[in-house]
Amino acid sequence: MDPLLLARWQFAITTVYHFLFVPLTISLAFTVAGFQTAWYRTGKEQYLRLTKFFGTLFLINFAVGVVTGIVQEFQFGMNWSDYSRFVGDIFGAPLAIEGLLAFFLESTFLGLWIFGWGRLPKGVHLATIWIAAIGTVLSAYFILAANSWMQYPVGYTVNEAAGRAELTDIVAVLTSPMALVTFVHTIPAAFMTGGAFVTGIASWRLLRHPDTDRPAFRTAAKVGAWMVVVSGLLVAITGDIQARVMTDAQPMKMASAEALWETSQPASFSIFTIGSLDGSEEIFSIRIPYLLSFMATGDPNGKVEGINDIQARYEEKFGPGDWTPNIPVAYWSFRLMIGAGILAAAAAAWFLWLMRRDRLPTRFMVATAILLPFLPLAANSIGWIFTEMGRQPWIVWGLMTTPNGVSPSNPWYAVALTLVTFTLVYGGLALVELSLLLRQIRLGLPTVGPESAPTGEGEPALALGY
Amino acid sequence: MDLPTIWFVLIAVLWIGYLVLEGFDFGVGILLPALGRNEPERRAMLHTIGPVWDGNEVWLLVAGGATFAAFPEWYATLFSGFYIALFLILLALIFRGVAIEYRNKRPELAWRTRWDWLIAAGSFVPALLWGVAFANIVQGVPIDADKEFTGTFFTLLNPYAIVGGLTTLTLCLTHGAIFLALKTDGDIRARANRWAGRIGLVAAVLAVAFLGWTLMLRGNPAAVATSLLAAVALVGALVANRLGREGWAFLGTALTIGLAVTTLFVTLYPNVMPSSTDPAFSLTIENASSTDYTLTIMTVVAIVFVPLVLLYQGWTYWVFRRRVSAPTSTVEP
Repeated sequence: MDPLLLARWQFAITTVYHFLFVPLTISLAFTVAGFQTAWYRTGKEQYLRLTKFFGTLFLINFAVGVVTGIVQEFQFGMNWSDYSRFVGDIFGAPLAIEGLLAFFLESTFLGLWIFGWGRLPKGVHLATIWIAAIGTVLSAYFILAANSWMQYPVGYTVNEAAGRAELTDIVAVLTSPMALVTFVHTIPAAFMTGGAFVTGIASWRLLRHPDTDRPAFRTAAKVGAWMVVVSGLLVAITGDIQARVMTDAQPMKMASAEALWETSQPASFSIFTIGSLDGSEEIFSIRIPYLLSFMATGDPNGKVEGINDIQARYEEKFGPGDWTPNIPVAYWSFRLMIGAGILAAAAAAWFLWLMRRDRLPTRFMVATAILLPFLPLAANSIGWIFTEMGRQPWIVWGLMTTPNGVSPSNPWYAVALTLVTFTLVYGGLALVELSLLLRQIRLGLPTVGPESAPTGEGEPALALGY
Repeated sequence: MDLPTIWFVLIAVLWIGYLVLEGFDFGVGILLPALGRNEPERRAMLHTIGPVWDGNEVWLLVAGGATFAAFPEWYATLFSGFYIALFLILLALIFRGVAIEYRNKRPELAWRTRWDWLIAAGSFVPALLWGVAFANIVQGVPIDADKEFTGTFFTLLNPYAIVGGLTTLTLCLTHGAIFLALKTDGDIRARANRWAGRIGLVAAVLAVAFLGWTLMLRGNPAAVATSLLAAVALVGALVANRLGREGWAFLGTALTIGLAVTTLFVTLYPNVMPSSTDPAFSLTIENASSTDYTLTIMTVVAIVFVPLVLLYQGWTYWVFRRRVSAPTSTVEP
């Protein structure tokens, strides 16, 4: 077996799996902080109960996010050692800074938040969850800056003698258009995910137990739905900007996303195609005229370069070879990502309409609500598959190809062993986590005492602790 | 000192931070099923490390990230070379992290007991394997002219490295038991104190053997000094433990671990990964490091943020400074 293929599968599985938890961690941290702030300011018990309810779900999710993140930190060295040697001077810095600035904040202040109920003054305790939440966003920024450098290398020179890329401008790396636009695209996507999660759970509770805690869950369902709608809008706007940055930086990725073989002006956007995507024939497709030109260039009559022309250009620049990514994967992942995102935002808007004033969710709506969190989750994963597979055959765009980055001396069976084990363990953890989430959701809002429970050390106050 | 040397020192500091801090929560984790006689006791034990263990583990992530940034070649050779060992450590840390967070999420005793064993195993494996890994780094492993590790997992399991692993394991156990004595009350406190004394003797024998062996392999005067200090600190810790001076005992084991790691880095200098194939192939501070530009940026970031981290992590320990007791015996105010 080919160690390269195994290493790529391992990276894909560990990263996509890790990223199921990351967006939920980011957005739920803020949601819980929001509920706790509402409790702090109004003193209303329902906000405290929501804080604890979603706080517990947040922590169940956070645990798996943390442990899968450890693998992320080390797998560059384990499976991609030649990549690490080549880029370490540049890529290592944001990773180390992420740990020092963000991971310490998140883990330390979450520890304070979990165990600090009743021990810290209320205001200080509230601050701990906000600081942890800010830590999650900082973390996202640095890791996205690192990834963006792989998509669009800036601020470096290649030192041929040392055989590596060397950093010349850290500010350029941290403020590259790719890094900034990816950050503002990913964060609202995370909030869509968390919003959908909150709405889905709250609506389910409203239907199954319409008499318990109706006002609290109505509030939560609406807050969640608003999060999805507003961040959905932001995701669309920033995605549009990102498409233009991508067209400039990685024209091949954009052309592949559309399976646009021939350079076109104006270029139409195909929503759906039946037939092969190899450029030979198209059996049937639904197309929106001018849309691709607009997405790629901002001008409905703009010229969009096709795969064939780009391939010819790259052969001149990089030598003979196939410089195209997997076209069907790029094509379908691009539209599935957009489609799932739009569907989620539309469903959430429809919910808000149905729940206007005092209306309760309908049965059909609840069935949709349970599926709702899976739409942004799918869009996130598929978006990353598009981003990473659309960059192929490069591991660092234009500088290093993926086969050149893999660890040269790892035997296939070692990579296979870790791939299979991580996959099985991750699968098992997913089942355990899901069962715990469902159990917690079934238990409903925790009860809090008259003096708003967080008293000293008693059992109820420890609901979040151990 | 030039920048690469400063970063060699900083990497050592990060590993010291990691092993001193996570060292005691590893120890508590391994002792959990054995020292905790019933559910309230185990819960109290976990409570001592609950607010801090995750923050302690971040020291590892930062040590890893900083090695990547400051010494990419070291990061690449070490983690691709020690592939299976690192994989086992990661697996253990995954199980351990989830187990600590999930054990209380259901009330059933069977559920909790199952996670307790995973906490113990997940603490045992890294406490042992980090020692094995560090001993191998110091001793030297087969590395070729391309800076590639040419051995296998079994290359790492040599007698010296196994003594190294057992040393870190027993040091973590002693450190953890003393931490428990420091942070609990009642029966657990007394039991932890007794266990610390017994395990501490084994740790002392192993530590003297391991550090002595290290000095014979690559001794230098500075390493002799730090290892002697480590031995003194450990003896001091055991005496303090015997006298029931828990704070001093904990300081003693913390110093022991810190000085033992210092000894390893002092013997390593100026190499970062000596090659047993040919000394000319060794990874050194010079040939493994990043550019001065990157190291300068990293230095600025470290100067600003490491003290800040120490400050708020220190504050956490202060907030949770009270002793934890098993709920059946007394109720804490």
